[in-house]
Amino acid sequence: MITKRIIPCLDVRNGQVVKGTNFVGLKEIDSPVALAEEYSRCGADELVFYDITASSDGRKIFTDILTETARNVFIPLTVGGGIYEVTDFDRVLKCGADKVSVNSGAIKDPSLIGRAAKLYGNQCVVLSVDVKRVNDKFTVFAKGGRENTGLDALDWIKRGIDDGAGEIVLNSIDTDGVKKGFDLEMLAAVCEISSVPVIASGGAGCIEDFITLFRTLPKVDAGLAASIFHFGEVAIKDLKAEMARNNIPTRIV
Amino acid sequence: MTVIVDYGVGNLFSLASSLRKIGEPSLVTSDKTEIEQADRVILPGVGAFADAMKKLADSGLADTLKKVAAKGVPMMGICLGMQLLFDRSFEYGEHQGLGLLKGDVRPIVTDPALKIPHMGWNALSFTRPHSLFRFIKEGDAVYFVHSYHAVDCDESVIARAEYGIPVTAAVASGNVMGCQFHPEKSGDVGLNILRAFVSLKERDL
Repeated sequence: MITKRIIPCLDVRNGQVVKGTNFVGLKEIDSPVALAEEYSRCGADELVFYDITASSDGRKIFTDILTETARNVFIPLTVGGGIYEVTDFDRVLKCGADKVSVNSGAIKDPSLIGRAAKLYGNQCVVLSVDVKRVNDKFTVFAKGGRENTGLDALDWIKRGIDDGAGEIVLNSIDTDGVKKGFDLEMLAAVCEISSVPVIASGGAGCIEDFITLFRTLPKVDAGLAASIFHFGEVAIKDLKAEMARNNIPTRIV
Repeated sequence: MTVIVDYGVGNLFSLASSLRKIGEPSLVTSDKTEIEQADRVILPGVGAFADAMKKLADSGLADTLKKVAAKGVPMMGICLGMQLLFDRSFEYGEHQGLGLLKGDVRPIVTDPALKIPHMGWNALSFTRPHSLFRFIKEGDAVYFVHSYHAVDCDESVIARAEYGIPVTAAVASGNVMGCQFHPEKSGDVGLNILRAFVSLKERDL
């Protein structure tokens, strides 16, 4: 049976890994290539590289890092950040990415999902969504969580899947960085309407949060986190051993 | 020297990188002479069967591959590249494959609660011993992304993966082999399968 995936996310700016809390107050950590190799050794099932550079110089540094990572790390790589056109898909796929995650780019031009899916296949297109409760409604935010789009999250996700998104990353802004566990209520609502894999993001603080996630919501396919892995608060080896003890299908290396 | 056949389908960067990682010299090429002179050949591929087959046929590479296979050169198809080795595929119609392995390629029909494509890490269960597996063990997980798989291929199947139904994971018949999963994306297990492939001797086949 397919195992539940554990996915460290590396936010990269100016060639270094960073992670903020609630998207503000960024702190620099380590070399992305070294970190990626280490995660792969410890049993990460996939890696997400997120380009949070704004400048074109920074973009070049990012693709160089991606290339270097793909030369040395042999697990699936997803790339996000700065993806606004199919040419951006092409740029990162050539550097060794397997999947490309779209967020603000798809909000700006929703036809991007369908066009990319047609060119590269649905399995290549990941729709990443930052969602926050506004008046008790799951609402899509753009630009790293700064801008309320007014879009209903469930409608937006349904539309994305119809257009060809092969996977959903659901990042709850409400629980991101809080480390009190994943947003189970929001995830349950998305799993209910999703015919494609759902990756939970935002809120993991300890191993038990992943166990609760996969036990409560068996439809969730993967758990994604950043700082708890970067700071060593959760070791992937320990996490996977605990998943195995709880009979959650997992890949042990 | 291992030749990776470049026929305009899919991303060969990771595959070439994985061979470099295991110390195997490789060449990504669409040149027929270079393919014919290879010590071994890898046929990659992602996307639609019909498009890929058309590209192989139009470029004349289909004939080159058949010639190379007939000479006994070790050949490995990966993902769609493996499916192309079979007689036929039923992906959007009926299409002829290279016919190097007996069997058809059909949609994965399984428990409706399970998502299609079959995507992620799944364990290999061996159906018979094979030299390709000499550096890995039963139950090791590899990375899959596919919606179709080979059927009616009992003669060549060497490993399956459980996904509501037994999914055809790896096949081999003499010098012609295939992996439905991506060894170049399957961590050390995948590298060890490639390592076994590039060190195959005639007596192993």
